[in-house]
Amino acid sequence: MSGYIRIGDSRFETHITRPFPILPPLIYTCRFHGMRSKRSVKCKEPLVKILVCMKQVPQKDAPLKLNEGGTWIREDVSYEVNEPDAYALEEALRQREKHGGEVVVITSGPARAQQVLREALAKGADRAIHLEGDGFVTLDAFNTAKAFATAIKDESFDLIFTGLQSDDYGFAQTGVILAALLGWPHATIIMQIEKSDSGIRVKRELEAGFFQFVDMPLPALLTIQSGINKLRYATLIGIKQAKNKPLKKVSFDEVKLTLGENLQKIEKLYIPQKTKKTEVLEGPPGEIAKKLVDKLRNELRVI
Amino acid sequence: MADIILVVVEQREGKLNRVSWETITGAQAIAAETGWTLEAAVVGSGVGDIAKEVAGKKVSKVYALESAKLEPYTPDGFMAALKPFIEQKQPKLVLMPHTYQVRDFAPKLAAGLDRALISDAVGYKYEGGNLRFTRQMFQGKFAADVSFVGGPPYFATFQNGAFRGDQVVQGDAAAPVETVNVDVAEGLVRNRPEAPFVEAKQAVDLTQAEIIVAVGRGIKEQKNIEIAKQLAEALGGEIAASRPICDAGWLPMDRQVGSSGQTVAPKLYLALGISGAIQHVVGMKGARTIIAINKDAEAPIFEIADVAVVGNLFDIVPPLIEEVKKAKGA
Ligand SMILES: Cc1cc2nc3c(=O)[nH]c(=O)nc-3n(C[C@H](O)[C@H](O)[C@H](O)COP(=O)(O)OP(=O)(O)OC[C@H]3O[C@@H](n4cnc5c(N)ncnc54)[C@H](O)[C@@H]3O)c2cc1C
Ligand SMILES: Cc1cc2nc3c(=O)[nH]c(=O)nc-3n(C[C@H](O)[C@H](O)[C@H](O)COP(=O)(O)OP(=O)(O)OC[C@H]3O[C@@H](n4cnc5c(N)ncnc54)[C@H](O)[C@@H]3O)c2cc1C
Repeated sequence: MSGYIRIGDSRFETHITRPFPILPPLIYTCRFHGMRSKRSVKCKEPLVKILVCMKQVPQKDAPLKLNEGGTWIREDVSYEVNEPDAYALEEALRQREKHGGEVVVITSGPARAQQVLREALAKGADRAIHLEGDGFVTLDAFNTAKAFATAIKDESFDLIFTGLQSDDYGFAQTGVILAALLGWPHATIIMQIEKSDSGIRVKRELEAGFFQFVDMPLPALLTIQSGINKLRYATLIGIKQAKNKPLKKVSFDEVKLTLGENLQKIEKLYIPQKTKKTEVLEGPPGEIAKKLVDKLRNELRVI
Repeated sequence: MADIILVVVEQREGKLNRVSWETITGAQAIAAETGWTLEAAVVGSGVGDIAKEVAGKKVSKVYALESAKLEPYTPDGFMAALKPFIEQKQPKLVLMPHTYQVRDFAPKLAAGLDRALISDAVGYKYEGGNLRFTRQMFQGKFAADVSFVGGPPYFATFQNGAFRGDQVVQGDAAAPVETVNVDVAEGLVRNRPEAPFVEAKQAVDLTQAEIIVAVGRGIKEQKNIEIAKQLAEALGGEIAASRPICDAGWLPMDRQVGSSGQTVAPKLYLALGISGAIQHVVGMKGARTIIAINKDAEAPIFEIADVAVVGNLFDIVPPLIEEVKKAKGA
């Protein structure tokens, strides 16, 4: 593997040729929390409190069908956690293992979305918040962020992680808007997080294989990219313990006064029109293989 | 006053990001249909030359939003530059390319003005005085028409490849350039970015490969990569992969094709079990011939494939390896 290693990239933990930057144990100073009045006094707690936003999305391989009105997909599919959100949770758990503290997970969606929280608790999150109700489902990214901001107004997190975008709609906005609503700095598409003297130092992914380190104060919001770490599985003990962990529900009525009208409307959903002429090869595998090779040889002339 | 479309072009370290031409092409088309006036803005430090370059295209005016504190890029700095500017100019529509940088500040900018951002659009429709944007949903399996609710300014970003940058219309004469000096208050910018870097030297240069066999998550397990490697070997090509395969460590990072990997243009790109997400497609759509094997007839990869094989790759690849070997032996 050597030669390919992206230094400091936790995607290749098992192959790393250069040691990871070893972080000193985190010692919180009052300065660290100085931005927030609530905890600015005598904070000796060596803790980092992290909120992770986790969305439930249709499973990747699920066969999706449009509903009758063409307004949405049919709901009778299997669901899973949005992939980058799973990495965000893993990163939060790793930060807690390093620095101590608490990991809280939050989702907004119908009753079925609770599954995402249950899984997160089983993997090690400490508690969960569920904005439960159909009213949440159709909120645009702006309103979803507002709902989250309202639901956590009495909490004091140091860090909020979201995925960089959702696998189903992919607006890539909820996290950045939440940071704006809270007045926090943010950084997007993050591949590494370490503690620094003045807050945190994160590695942003840029396009075409470039990266960049950014130093930023806390509290901060980060949108996490898939591949930042290696995901863990829930253990049997974890699954058992999850049953006793607190899961708080927030109803639509509790937050609706802080929401506005959706400022963008998804009018209709449809199957995109094909623009390219595609030749479809059919038949038993052996025959397809023959046809392909004939093509490669006589049309493309690559063999 | 005429309605204005404002395109915020992207510059990085003093160079115009070429994807900005695509956004201008799209904006020129919208301007032609709506009769709205097209203006552009570039944000940074010492961006006069870029503003002049943009002013050569068919636009009415170009603004250079200048401050030493706008270099390097930070979301706080760009917010400080663009929010008051947009409040003052009151454009009807603000268009940007959907780049990593724009994704980083545009949602904050739109939200800061209490307006919506339709992100990652692939096109637009203007019918009966209504402007809608089309965007992909569910990883490209569906498209959606999305409209704005409430008043302007409306914000939208265009996906890489939504318009042809080489079709941008030149202006008859250079458009006027106005420099706007931006006041970025001391202490306002919280993030301290360091210089961008590439991590390790790429050990493999896929850009030179004539034949690429690329595997996606359809390969299921690490050990199955072997059959793809055998096929690549039989064809005399290179093995490559979608991002999740490299994330999992099944193939090294420098085998990754796509927006965060390499951009390739081989004679043949054979995609095995790759769904065809846009971030992958931008890296390989320039291939002369794309052959895709996927068990899902509706996989978006088939929209750009020249040859589609709907089926299980594990049934098709082994006989294919044999046939290739036979043909080569002959
Ligand atoms: C029937 C139906 C109708 C809809 N109509 C509209 C409409 O008219 N206009 C409109 O704008 N939207 C509408 N939506 C919702 C919309 O598609 C998105 O859910 C919303 O805009 C958020 O964007 P996103 O999911 O792309 O999130 P992104 O901004 O891509 O998400 C980024 C990250 O934010 C976090 N996050 C986002 N949503 C949640 C969540 N629910 N729970 C936990 N974490 C979350 C996750 O960490 C995620 O990785 C509708 C949805 C449904 C089901
Ligand atoms: C900012 C950003 C940057 C990104 N950069 C990149 C990038 O550079 N490159 C990249 O590739 N992705 C990138 N991605 C990820 C991208 O969005 C997709 O998630 C990814 O490309 C999906 O990979 P896949 O097609 O292998 O997996 P999936 O989407 O899971 O598709 C697997 C496919 O395999 C098919 N399949 C399953 N079993 C079989 C079988 N037995 N036979 C045949 N077919 C089968 C399925 O039908 C499915 O279509 C990026 C995402 C973001 C948000």
